[in-house]
Amino acid sequence: MIAEDDKRIVELRTFMQEAKTKDHPDSQLISILHKAQELYGYLSQEAMTEVAKEMNIPTAHIWGVATFYHYFNLKPKGKHSISVCLGTACYVKGAEEILNSIREELNIDFGQTSSDNLFTLQEARCLGACGLAPVIMIDDKIYGSLTPKKALEIIKSYKK
Amino acid sequence: MITIFINDKPYKVEAEQTIMQAADKLGFHIPRLCYHPKLSIEGACRVCIVEVVGMRNYVASCAYPVSEGMKIYTNTEEIRRARRDIVELILDNHPEDCHTCERDGNCELQRLAFAMGIRKRHFEGEKKHYEKDLSSASVIRDPNKCILCGRCVRICSEIQKVNALGYAHRGFKTVVMPAYNMPFKDSVCTTCGQCINVCPTSAFIEKNFTQELFQKLGDKSLIKVAQIAPSVRAAIGEAFALEPGRQLEKELTAALRKLGFDYVFDTQFSADLTIMEEASEFLERFQGKGRLPMITSCSSAWMKCLEQFYPDLIDNVSTCKSPMSMASALVKSYFAKKINADPKKILSVACMCCTAKKYEALRPELMVDGMQATDIVVTTRELAWMIKSAGIDLLHIKGEEFDHPLGYSSGAGTIFGVTGGVMEAAIRTAYELYTGETLLDIEIQDIRGLKGVKEGKLVIDGKEIRIAVAHGLGNANEILNTIRKDPQRYHFVEIMGCPGGCIGGGGQPYAGSNSLPLDEECLKKRAEALYGLDRNKTIRRSHENPDVQRLYKEFLGRPLSAMSHKLLHTHYSPKQPPGIIPAELSAK
Repeated sequence: MIAEDDKRIVELRTFMQEAKTKDHPDSQLISILHKAQELYGYLSQEAMTEVAKEMNIPTAHIWGVATFYHYFNLKPKGKHSISVCLGTACYVKGAEEILNSIREELNIDFGQTSSDNLFTLQEARCLGACGLAPVIMIDDKIYGSLTPKKALEIIKSYKK
Repeated sequence: MITIFINDKPYKVEAEQTIMQAADKLGFHIPRLCYHPKLSIEGACRVCIVEVVGMRNYVASCAYPVSEGMKIYTNTEEIRRARRDIVELILDNHPEDCHTCERDGNCELQRLAFAMGIRKRHFEGEKKHYEKDLSSASVIRDPNKCILCGRCVRICSEIQKVNALGYAHRGFKTVVMPAYNMPFKDSVCTTCGQCINVCPTSAFIEKNFTQELFQKLGDKSLIKVAQIAPSVRAAIGEAFALEPGRQLEKELTAALRKLGFDYVFDTQFSADLTIMEEASEFLERFQGKGRLPMITSCSSAWMKCLEQFYPDLIDNVSTCKSPMSMASALVKSYFAKKINADPKKILSVACMCCTAKKYEALRPELMVDGMQATDIVVTTRELAWMIKSAGIDLLHIKGEEFDHPLGYSSGAGTIFGVTGGVMEAAIRTAYELYTGETLLDIEIQDIRGLKGVKEGKLVIDGKEIRIAVAHGLGNANEILNTIRKDPQRYHFVEIMGCPGGCIGGGGQPYAGSNSLPLDEECLKKRAEALYGLDRNKTIRRSHENPDVQRLYKEFLGRPLSAMSHKLLHTHYSPKQPPGIIPAELSAK
């Protein structure tokens, strides 16, 4: 549930109040959803219901917009995002094995978040570090010349 | 007027219309799928493409306006091939299980494929695979059958203004679903079933109870009791290829006995009873005891809609149960006593024009002595199938009469099935209860017909009573918002969840090959079937029904007595399904 005294909900509501003063308030929906995601990191059902009520837009319609655009996350993201590069160079150098070991270790697939909410797994198509292939990126840091074993050690270091 | 050329022949047509509209009037039926004249134009299916000379691509005739000198080709070899390819591509992502499908022989996509001359399949691609949503008491959603024409989304938002459905995801993965992909039963769906009526395939169908009912009809330890809603008799003939408008009351009664029912009662009897209670309740409120305007409560989709969207108006709604639930409550009390039977051994079955009645039957508020009052609800469509499946010749059967004591009805009970009918019936009785005089002119024209919102006035004993009638939940929204702003505007309001009232219910026969769902001409003929039954009756006022009078004398006492309240009245409470939007609903 969204706590009433949460600063973020106050900010979201203010944003919507402003949107309502514009010519076609309904057409502000996407920017409102962007705002909600910026504040919460993802679009929760509570947040979308809040938007529905405030903007008087049916939730079925909001759900349609939220699921249409890949940009919107419908599940909370983990504390760290792991991007596994599957670009040509990394692929040839064994990215798939690295990916599989991470999948197994964290028990998640692309777009999913580990049960401890620490990691979200993403796919990347070249991170521009082909010389270090195979690479992964955790948050904004690149790790190269990996083996499955090395990759898991690095991930372990983020668990501390 | 402008001149256009269709297939090289000149025609004078009105400007300001689409190619399809102009062509329809000239006798060219351009094939179509997502188009529906009562709904906004979607242009999603592209089946209605035509060639317009000078245009680079084929245009969707449902959306493209005519203009002076326009040269249109509707049936060239290329157009025929393009259209056939479009329908084939739709079929390609559709299960190939017509022979086991609920709508086999009654499917628009099937008819269209046949008309396009698809005799062989050229494409073979990926097919979608989704779980069916079986959670709702009334409506099953099967995304595998969906061809994304969007008629359900549009009727739910534009006509019903419930907005339970939307498109989620995109491209190949697009699915029509409720918000948050929640189970249908938890969504704002009012179970009205209009999505079923407009669906060209079986992406939406009612929850089917025919097998269970056949099984129970064979159980010799049960006493099988049926009731038939007014609108079922007015429409079931259409499922047997009759033209709309022929009522089959007596034939249906005979058919139900042949199916194995021990007693066949008439929901019109309990409609008369509803009027006794509702008219009395109105007069109490009119004399200062209770909130006005009083709003009727017969429509189950409206009940669910009320609790979700208009909780502030719950006190305005009559506490009367629907006629179905009144009849069922009496079957398991009054009638059980009469035949000296254990009510637990009675199977109470309602044959309804409605899908929402399946939901209503499960409402815990309607239990009688710890028992579900209505055990099974079947729609007109299910009943028609059962009659055919059992090999009963409905059209040539010898008609029979309803059973007593819950089978005799006045003309007032009959017209319950049409929008405005409950109000008209209530006025026939309320007038007499209040003034002691008989209302002579009992056909109240102001509130008849298919206008979305109808208003009228009448004077009872020098006092003006302002009434209003709405059918379809979208029209209801209009009246209800008026009441919110101006509570004094009306005294008495009738609301029916479906367009046309129960005759247009979500459980009525599918449109045939030459008609459309929601067709007003068809609704008018069904209405006329009921008005005709009313006119032919000697007793046309509920309070004159001798069996109703006997019921009060022997069992209930008087309207609004303690016994009436126990068996015939109910209550409502606010509901907040996740994903609800409040107050002012807007169509999207």
